[in-house]
Amino acid sequence: MHLDAKIPAGPLPQKWDRHRFELKLVNPANKRKYDIIVVGTGLAGASASASLAELGYNVKTFCIHDSPRRAHSIAAQGGINAAKNYPNDGDSIWRLFYDTVKGGDFRAREANVHRLAQVSNLIIDQCVAQGVPFAREYGGLLANRSFGGAQLSRTFYARGQTGQQLLLGAYSALMRQVATGKVRMFPRREMLDLVLVDGQARGIVARNLVSGDIERHEGHAVVLCTGGYGNVYFLSTNAKACNVTATFRAYKRGAFFANPCFTQIHPTCIPVHGDYQSKLTLMSESLRNDGRVWVPKTPGDKRPPSQIPEVERDYFLERKYPSFGNLVPRDVASRNAKEQCDQGKGVGETGLAVFLDFADAILRDGRAVIEKKYGNLFQMYDKITGEDPYETPMMIYPAVHYTMGGLWVDYNLMSTVDGLFVLGEANFSDHGANRLGASALMQGLADGYFVIPYTIGGYLAGTRFAEAKSDHAAFTDSVKHVQERTAALLAVNGRRTVDDFHRQLGLIMWDHCGMARTNEGLAKARTLIQELREEFWRNVRVPGSEKDFNQSLEKAGRVADFMEFAELMVIDALARQESCGGHFNEAFQTEENEARRDDANFCHVAAWEFTGDGKEPGLHKEPLVFENVHLTQRSYK
Amino acid sequence: MSKSIHLTLKIWRQSGPGDKGRFETYPAKGISTDMSFLEMLDVVNEQLTLEGKEPIAFEHDCREGICGTCGTMVNGRAHGQLQGTTLCQLHMRHFSDGDTLVIEPFRARAFPVIKDLVVDRSALDRIIQAGGYISINTGSAPEANTLPVPQDRAERAMDAAACIGCGACVASCPNASAMLFVSAKVSQLALLPHGRPEAARRAIAMVRTMDACGFGNCSNHRECEKTCPKEISIVNIARLNREYYKAGFTSLEN
Repeated sequence: MHLDAKIPAGPLPQKWDRHRFELKLVNPANKRKYDIIVVGTGLAGASASASLAELGYNVKTFCIHDSPRRAHSIAAQGGINAAKNYPNDGDSIWRLFYDTVKGGDFRAREANVHRLAQVSNLIIDQCVAQGVPFAREYGGLLANRSFGGAQLSRTFYARGQTGQQLLLGAYSALMRQVATGKVRMFPRREMLDLVLVDGQARGIVARNLVSGDIERHEGHAVVLCTGGYGNVYFLSTNAKACNVTATFRAYKRGAFFANPCFTQIHPTCIPVHGDYQSKLTLMSESLRNDGRVWVPKTPGDKRPPSQIPEVERDYFLERKYPSFGNLVPRDVASRNAKEQCDQGKGVGETGLAVFLDFADAILRDGRAVIEKKYGNLFQMYDKITGEDPYETPMMIYPAVHYTMGGLWVDYNLMSTVDGLFVLGEANFSDHGANRLGASALMQGLADGYFVIPYTIGGYLAGTRFAEAKSDHAAFTDSVKHVQERTAALLAVNGRRTVDDFHRQLGLIMWDHCGMARTNEGLAKARTLIQELREEFWRNVRVPGSEKDFNQSLEKAGRVADFMEFAELMVIDALARQESCGGHFNEAFQTEENEARRDDANFCHVAAWEFTGDGKEPGLHKEPLVFENVHLTQRSYK
Repeated sequence: MSKSIHLTLKIWRQSGPGDKGRFETYPAKGISTDMSFLEMLDVVNEQLTLEGKEPIAFEHDCREGICGTCGTMVNGRAHGQLQGTTLCQLHMRHFSDGDTLVIEPFRARAFPVIKDLVVDRSALDRIIQAGGYISINTGSAPEANTLPVPQDRAERAMDAAACIGCGACVASCPNASAMLFVSAKVSQLALLPHGRPEAARRAIAMVRTMDACGFGNCSNHRECEKTCPKEISIVNIARLNREYYKAGFTSLEN
């Protein structure tokens, strides 16, 4: 199968305008004849649902939570980028585009990223009009701040709760459409299969998480906005319910999975403190604007930070990267923290942490200024660790945070399955091998507010649909498949809990497919995953019954998918014999320990095709063509 | 430094809405004081699962205090005794060895129990559907800096917007009123110039829906403010009352 990204012709700045003109339109009176299924209600799903309903489509929206407002976009702290150039510091659509492509280590598609930068300004307009209380200057105009990976201030923010405010804005737009009747909301539903009729995505099978009923929902298109798969590592900054099931089930139905090994390890998280730990907490990287990262110069120095004199501290990011300093991109910051800890310079009880110190900033700006900027983050840190960061430096360590990989989509955000669109973190499209800070919110909302409303119309207007009601054989087959799988999980009745297996899987992935990878480690991980998966289906214990509110069963289904998906990540990591962005294979590094890309052989998207259980997945390559930026070795020195 | 404590848990178990429900007692042994409250429940659930019993159903998601999914009563206090804290951010270092903890669901007529500690809070979504938004379609927004918003108003709007919709205010109120929740949204949008055109309609519609959903009235007990994990002020309730009365005089819809 030839992967056609359907990138419009013409110069980069005109591609999106031209494409919108060329897309077929659905007559306003005909829009009500189309049913669209949206799965997930984070930034992408809520904004898509609302926008499509406003256009007149009938939308059915699904989420696994009790309310669409709970989706994990809500936890994003730092901000959202846009090329408004309000601070007059030299920003432009072109610069935001360039920074994003470079930040992604030249593994993203030019045309998609440029479109993202183009619509970024519209997102800010939209959110302000919805009542999102962004930070403002005294004159009443919008405030901006700088953020990791950028040398100018283009980030809009609402204290440390930007994701929450943007999500509640999108959620309010969604609720407004629920009230009009254009969106039917299905909370507490988990999509367990994608239904194809004549090769087109025509519906989903979902489990009602309260009653346990398996439901059939039909439509003319399916839009997946189900987020990333960071929880394959068990410990991550993702919410507990985040999972790969929806996208992985779509993969098994024919949607290609792109670049699954591209995961982002975020540098500023609260370190792990015990083996009962259930998740990791991110400290917004906006903290790196004022905090200085350091370790003691001498390995094994266990003195408290206050007793380590200035000359015996190594501010390693400032030393190694004088022009970006503490604001280097996330992958660079994370890898450097690991390097320091590997050299025995890590701090804290476990030795797996570095200091993030605000003493100089407090001295310079006063405590009140720092409190205003980061008060809620300092408070959160204090609550979790019992230490006061105004008095003693924070301790941070990298943690899994975001996944750049996802289902392959073309320029229209349509997957390799006709009628299956994928938005937000669930797709692979815009961040290449590393995402810059404040870009995830931008992408989720760009896809939902300003891309899918156009491209889905182009698909619907140009497609003929066969009759496919929920009693169609394809639905019946799918329901049977889902029920058999659920029954199988309940029938094992072994001796280990689901979480126990999940923790072990996570450790395998963290050790061998985490911040630094080796071919030997990856090969070993593959065997370990296969063994663990085999044991899972023989020895897992899932209490309770199918026809009930059963959280253990929910988890078991998700972990079963992670067990298969983890192997795909490892296969992808092994196939990519280069280092780029968040994928760092120790065999491919420069003399200064930076990622060394191989543009001659790996300047492509790796898109994996499911070929059957127990069979090797098929690799399809989409070459990445750079006509507007020159590929360089990233340098933040 | 972390240490290990032993606790006794009295936990509400209820198999479904039709079940009468009862307290059951469980030991929680060897709990590290670095654990979060939910991690402590995880440990108990792992044990119950291995013993062949059904684990305790409780809701949670982000575990960093922002999604609003978690929340139970702990010794009669929503989200436990610590001020300004969600249950997931309550750590076991705030408890002592030998403590007995009574853990129950948020109770209100508008929040029917689904199972154990899980309740149905969809009434809060219905209140938002009634008017907790600004009516603007995608694409029709003017340039973002067209309307300046004085910084202090933006800050007060943000104070109100910090509500996470957890329902602790309802669970703590002797009347099971949702006034703090409603007032937070009404205030956020009333403070911003963008929200003024619909302010009257919004206040009336949201209050009516709150009543219809079975929430009680506000009689100034202030329990909501005390228990709110985001420390939303009852100043917002005063503002809601002003908006509501104003709307009563001016709105054509009343």
